[in-house]
Amino acid sequence: MKYNWNWGIFWELSPDATGTYLATLFQGLRWTIATGLSAWLMALVLGSLIGTLRTVRNPTVVRLGDAYVELFRNMPILVQMFLWFFVVPELLPTGLGTWVKQLPNSSFWTAVFALGFFTSARVAEQVKAGIRAQPRGQTMAATALGMTTAQTYRHVLLPMAFRLILPPLTSEFMNVMKNSAVALTIGLMELTARARAMQEFSFQVFEAFTAATLLYLALNLAIVLFMRRLERFVAVPGFTAARDAVAAAH
Amino acid sequence: MLAHFDFDVIARTWQVLLFQGLVFTLQVTALSMLGGIVFGTLLAMMRLSSNMALSRLAAGYVNAMRSLPLVLVIFWFYFLMPYIGAWVTGASQPIRVGAFASALITFILFEACFYCEIMRAGIQSIPRGQANAGYALGFTYWQVMAQIVLPQAFRNMLPVLLTQTIVLFQDVSLVYIISLPDFVTLASKIAQRDGRLVEMYVFVALVYFVVCLTLSQVVKRLQTRLAVATH
Repeated sequence: MKYNWNWGIFWELSPDATGTYLATLFQGLRWTIATGLSAWLMALVLGSLIGTLRTVRNPTVVRLGDAYVELFRNMPILVQMFLWFFVVPELLPTGLGTWVKQLPNSSFWTAVFALGFFTSARVAEQVKAGIRAQPRGQTMAATALGMTTAQTYRHVLLPMAFRLILPPLTSEFMNVMKNSAVALTIGLMELTARARAMQEFSFQVFEAFTAATLLYLALNLAIVLFMRRLERFVAVPGFTAARDAVAAAH
Repeated sequence: MLAHFDFDVIARTWQVLLFQGLVFTLQVTALSMLGGIVFGTLLAMMRLSSNMALSRLAAGYVNAMRSLPLVLVIFWFYFLMPYIGAWVTGASQPIRVGAFASALITFILFEACFYCEIMRAGIQSIPRGQANAGYALGFTYWQVMAQIVLPQAFRNMLPVLLTQTIVLFQDVSLVYIISLPDFVTLASKIAQRDGRLVEMYVFVALVYFVVCLTLSQVVKRLQTRLAVATH
């Protein structure tokens, strides 16, 4: 078994003349974070909205919300990226389609859209579960106090729902970062794509992938630590017992 | 727009796409599911073991694997496999490992981590007393697992295991990056050859949607039936 290890490779200049291999990898990490964060914001906003709509009393709205979730959950993320990248610009009016295709960083915007919609369906599922997990008495009490439906959601149901679903949201946050690697198929030079490019230029495949692996692990760790702090920051005193009761009831 | 939609390209190619591409995807899914559940169950047993070393090893493996993108893991194994093969067979040069074998091993090792977490919850859902009763009757650890705990754990977790398999079925599309002839890769080759990207990708998306939606409805029904049966 022969493999020529060369850990010094990271300090050599990469052929795309933008700096060392290490610098290009970090550039890739920046794209991964930018894509992941933008998609995550989009997924949080859309997912919360759709998830909330799926719990209201109007059956038409609920069915529309369910259809949205099924649509984005039942296709692989790769196929969704291809749809947004190759198909959607063709279906737009010609002028608009050309404009979209010629956007600078079009693969970045496509990746954000695809990941945002894909992840929003998962967030919606969690938000719905978080609202449903609360005892009916909460809504009844809010109604008895004279709150409107919107007020009940805004002041009673949603604040608690988000606290309940913080752990699954943490894994979705990590997932969106990981799934951004799929965007290399539409030409986004994120972390995995950079590691792959480094392997092609330098033939130091295992050094390149080891570096990418360590960067992903660090990114995940950062997310876990951030979410843990957030969880502690928003914790309602005395509520842990109630949450455990909810968890046990399921 | 839709007026330009060329149904003919689908009429010409759907048999190749479904009977070669989709069948390939389904084969990889089925084999990875079997391998993944077996290896995942072993990992879960290791994680729950009282042996700290075993438990930490399994936990470390599962956590590391779960924090990496599948795309990167596929690349890792694709390049690593020839060296592992040479190491196993004692060859002096990296050996050729087919892309199929490489993909299959990747999915088994990767998905096992997700099946492991499910099976861990499944094993923990069985009251300790049952295992203790088994030991009291003189069963060994493996007898307790095989005859008392695992059959019930599987049964309780069946819907979740199947849901994970639907995710796996979608994940298999990522073999596109190492050009294995799965459903997506074949469709994209035809799309580029005939200049029919819109038609091909819409068709692929539709097929995935129908298959996954049908499977998830089946799982949902199974879930209600299991819930009724246990109460």
